[in-house]
Amino acid sequence: MIHNQTMIDQRPAPSNTLGPMAWLRANLFSSPLNTLFTLVGLYILYLLVVPTIQWAFINADWIGTTRADCSREGACWVFVNARFTQFIYGLYPRSEIWRANIVFGGFFTLIAWLAIPRLPLKRWVAVFALVGFPVVAYVLLHGGYFDLPRVPTHRWGGLMLTLLLASVGMIGALPIGIVLALGRRSNMPIVKSFCVIFIEFWRGVPLITVLFMASVMLPLFLPSGISVDRLVRALIGLTLFQSAYMAEVIRGGLQAIPKGQEEAAAALGMTYWKRMGLIVLPQALKMMIPGIVNTFISLFKDTTLVMIIGLFDLLGIVQAALSDSNWLGFSLEGYVFAAFVFWIFCFSMSRYSQYLERKLNTGHKR
Amino acid sequence: MLNKKHWVLLASAGAITLTGAANAATLEDTIQRGAVQCGVSDGLPGFSAPDGDGNWQGLDVDVCRAVAAAVLGDADAVNYISLNAVERFTALQSGEVDVLSRNTTWTTTRDTTLGLNFAGVNFYDGIGFMVSNDLGISGADELDGAAICIQSGTTTELNVADYFRANDMEFDPIVFDTSEQTVGGFQSGRCDVLTSDTSQLAALRIQLDDPSGAVILPDIISKEPLGPVVRQGDDTWFNIVKWSLFAMLNAEEYGVTSENVDDMTSSENPDIARLLGQDGNYGEGMGLEADWAYNIISQVGNYAESFERNVGMDSPLEIERGANALWNQGGFQYAPPIR
Repeated sequence: MIHNQTMIDQRPAPSNTLGPMAWLRANLFSSPLNTLFTLVGLYILYLLVVPTIQWAFINADWIGTTRADCSREGACWVFVNARFTQFIYGLYPRSEIWRANIVFGGFFTLIAWLAIPRLPLKRWVAVFALVGFPVVAYVLLHGGYFDLPRVPTHRWGGLMLTLLLASVGMIGALPIGIVLALGRRSNMPIVKSFCVIFIEFWRGVPLITVLFMASVMLPLFLPSGISVDRLVRALIGLTLFQSAYMAEVIRGGLQAIPKGQEEAAAALGMTYWKRMGLIVLPQALKMMIPGIVNTFISLFKDTTLVMIIGLFDLLGIVQAALSDSNWLGFSLEGYVFAAFVFWIFCFSMSRYSQYLERKLNTGHKR
Repeated sequence: MLNKKHWVLLASAGAITLTGAANAATLEDTIQRGAVQCGVSDGLPGFSAPDGDGNWQGLDVDVCRAVAAAVLGDADAVNYISLNAVERFTALQSGEVDVLSRNTTWTTTRDTTLGLNFAGVNFYDGIGFMVSNDLGISGADELDGAAICIQSGTTTELNVADYFRANDMEFDPIVFDTSEQTVGGFQSGRCDVLTSDTSQLAALRIQLDDPSGAVILPDIISKEPLGPVVRQGDDTWFNIVKWSLFAMLNAEEYGVTSENVDDMTSSENPDIARLLGQDGNYGEGMGLEADWAYNIISQVGNYAESFERNVGMDSPLEIERGANALWNQGGFQYAPPIR
């Protein structure tokens, strides 16, 4: 018989099992050795972070227009500020920058539209992004039509050129890579050997060699009087190079799909292209998202190599600005800025790919 | 796939262009195009670098501007194509550029085996030394036993060794990978002397915390004549580039500047009258108008103006005229007369 029983009041868990203190104890100070490591780690972090913050923010100069506005006690962001337009647009004529701005605006709007799930008409936007937008961008940037003054490609540069090279490389490499990957698994000997030779050739040479061949050797083989624009040469070289890598990434995905999937599709009477397009590729591509994004990120960073063929991508234009005799000695600021911009783009790509993986996850993931 | 094809088709439609036969008639092609195709460096302080507004500036750039002024009457009618050291000659041979003005040293091999012609010298460069003021050194012959900061992978290293051996002196080379590190080594006192081409020494000096604490010695221990280059086989174009440079030198010699050139057109001096096309047409032999030199001087300036503006005392580099002074002022710059 139970009577006069009072419940014990709920009490919070002991303070050493939850909250930040508990986390600290569990993760950083769980044993004397770990405590020692934590303290040494914190000290090293302190040695690194404090001078960096001092240099980049506290002692830095932000306002001004010339070298004289730099105290040289810390970073002088005046340099980046004064050259910012050039870092973004390269040597694009100042009066025509609105054209580049429209392209930039369109580019980011399309990407946002395709990336944000709520927005409608995805299919049409995608078609426009892949077919219509490149034409619009070309007409706007290059000019020569509709009374727009021509801006030759040697004046294109900066972040604009980096994004152009990267997006054309990505958009071009993916479909070529898919075709090459399918071709390499094909039973037709000619198609198969062509794809194998193509892939192995392009994977066998460094990108720097491809660009050098395109810029130094190719002009000597062309009949005298005909020259292909060097940007186009770089774009073609970059795209073919990346498509070989992309092909191998996708082939990895294709091989991971159990054979039964394709056989089942064949048993339903599907043609080859239907089997690939509706059954095998969607699974393979989804599985290969980390690999594909990996290739994209490495392509984005590889675009800086066009510097060696005299195109001023973001890093190239920073270096060119460093050789302006009015701004000698600001290389650290310039490189930190370039690194920061590259980090933003690469990190965003990486985050988006993780999001995409989660979204498309159908439970195969371990 | 469709998109890729689209791109290539579109791009190639705009991109594959006829640059005209690469071996002759450069002048006609240039006039038809309305711009001079000029090969410059990918950024060299004082010689060719884009300024804040994206316009190319520099001593090498001014050569191309002078050619454009002579041929087209407009110094701004230049397409600048930045080239690295490896591809510069190919770009010239293939016709991508018509003038290569990219701090290129005139050597036998380049002049005789590459199908190129050097059209003169716009800067007499050579290896020089920078020392700290505190050392009280005034000449390269006092450098016996010095520790010298050198950038690796350059011919500087070999030339310096040759010089010290020839003069029976000792030195201690301290080699760095990049120019920034070399400056850092000099600054921190790892070495007494920093060596490089004189054109670059000035740019390195600016990067010191206290540029006035270091001095560049007047001695130059090697020959590096830098000049514009054209393709062999088009003598008209060769003459145009050569005489564009000579016109700038002659203008300095006769005291014609971009500011007084309009007054000078009425000068009694026969040399000036011939230079400015007031007495005879000396552009005719090159297929140019009589005012070719007037256009150069009024739009680009004479050699002294170009020098001071880009690398001399009016620029941050503050390079002395030295070997680049006129022949009658103790330098090597000598232009044949316009007659």
